[in-house]
Amino acid sequence: MKFARDTWLIFQRQLHLLLRNPIWVFVGVFQPVMYLLLFAPLLKPALNAPTQAAAYKIFVPGLLVLLAIFGGLFQGFGLIAELRAGVIERSRVTPVSRLALLLGRSLRDVVSLIVQAVIITLLALLFDLRVALVDLLLAYLMLALIALMTSAVSYGIALKVKSEDALAPLMNTVAQPVLLLSGILLPLTFAPGWLQGVAEWNPFSWAVDGTRALFAGDLGDDRVWQGLGIIAVLAAAGVVWAARQFARSVR
Amino acid sequence: MIETSGLRKSFRSREGRRTKTVDAVRGVDLKVAEGEIFGFLGPNGAGKTTTLRMLATLIEPDGGEATVAGVDLRKDPAEVRRRIGYVAQGGSTWDESTAREELVLHARMYGINKADAHRRAARALDAFQLTEYADRRCKTYSGGQRRRVEIALGIIHEPRIVFLDEPTTGLDPQSRAHMWDEIRRLRADGVTVFITTHYLEEADALCDRIAITDHGEVVAEGTPTELKREISGDVVLVGLDAAATPQAAQLLDGEPYVNKLETVDEGGLRLYVDEGATAIPQILRRLDTADLGLRSIELHRPSLDDVFLTKTGRSLRES
Repeated sequence: MKFARDTWLIFQRQLHLLLRNPIWVFVGVFQPVMYLLLFAPLLKPALNAPTQAAAYKIFVPGLLVLLAIFGGLFQGFGLIAELRAGVIERSRVTPVSRLALLLGRSLRDVVSLIVQAVIITLLALLFDLRVALVDLLLAYLMLALIALMTSAVSYGIALKVKSEDALAPLMNTVAQPVLLLSGILLPLTFAPGWLQGVAEWNPFSWAVDGTRALFAGDLGDDRVWQGLGIIAVLAAAGVVWAARQFARSVR
Repeated sequence: MIETSGLRKSFRSREGRRTKTVDAVRGVDLKVAEGEIFGFLGPNGAGKTTTLRMLATLIEPDGGEATVAGVDLRKDPAEVRRRIGYVAQGGSTWDESTAREELVLHARMYGINKADAHRRAARALDAFQLTEYADRRCKTYSGGQRRRVEIALGIIHEPRIVFLDEPTTGLDPQSRAHMWDEIRRLRADGVTVFITTHYLEEADALCDRIAITDHGEVVAEGTPTELKREISGDVVLVGLDAAATPQAAQLLDGEPYVNKLETVDEGGLRLYVDEGATAIPQILRRLDTADLGLRSIELHRPSLDDVFLTKTGRSLRES
């Protein structure tokens, strides 16, 4: 009960501050929109897709997963600013739940991601993308879990390194191979065998496959529940680990 | 309100390739009584902040024991958190937030309900003369205003004890005087105040009792008056060229009215005497026997700096 109340308290505060400067939600969505407008039109011929809509069914889910991964991973920067301002220390001398300090922030990130995902989806509708509502909601659940995990991990790492200078290269180093090995921009069915083998070990590759299956309308596809399951477990682990960083003594 | 014994903390720091252990606090014993302003005085790096952060549950001690507000710090830090307030040195307000929002949020983090939190925030804003700026963003505040918000945050849940880490550092003299008034008002309300400071005047004027620390240890503890009385008598400062100092020291050392004699690094002597008024003529006569080029002679009552100097061999102003 106290935990739920504390989480709500932190979430409200973070959301309130985000809404005070909502420009960041749109800055975050700018890059994927550019991909959607300037890169996606190349895909129909490149993928040999029968229609533009078919190409978007492959590309848009990947783009959304990309947004969830990157959007989450870079949340740690905001936390470093809060650390520097003393806001985190001030919270840590109160009896507020440590898990709530993390979860309230990560849930704000999830909400901000879903807003961005809706913007992208609406734009994609203009390009004749069509998805059933149930499939779309399940896809958003996948995205929410990804963002929850990546933002929690980013906060945990931010608390460990405590400096933007260390966080930026670290996040780029993690994000780059994860991105390339998940078949986000082009499906890994084009990849040579060894690359597919490596990608099997990348949980985000499963998430992308699952999301693509949902956009394709294959609700019964095994990859849907497998992707959701893998990401849910990782999100839980990420949250627990990051909450422990909030509880630990920070010098 | 606070009792510690043998509180210790060391940090590992890396210097090049080697890791070095730094003993930040090496066995601190303190006793702080209810309702007093207790000052923790020492130079930068003396372990003041580390001690404070241990008592405020922010870092775990390596050893020793402490009771804060009646609760065992090491067994039940969560309960300690409920009973104390803490104001960090480097600030704790968010630029984009307003004072009122910060106060309400902070009260609610202590489990206070929304309506009550708003009432308390309004009362605190009024008490700290912040009502006028209450709904402006913190980034627009002056240093003194921001400090007042931070102190208000520290006591929004009405703790019985509040820790203030260097509350006046970086404030202009006027804001500092205001801050002293605020701190005295806390005491008048029955709050025990534990402050760290490296300002001698602050410790002297504001604190009921002080502990002087150096290199992670308490070197003296008592009321400012008691501590100064330990240095019996007056201090006479004799200004001389560095070259003439050794000879003057020779002349004055062993004179019956000189209790203690120290040479000042950049030249000159510091003499501890029982009675300055009678000692000065004798000192002058003695120095007159040799042509030493006396530059100045000053008499002053012992200050806390003299206490620090006799305990550590260094002046607090220099360190």
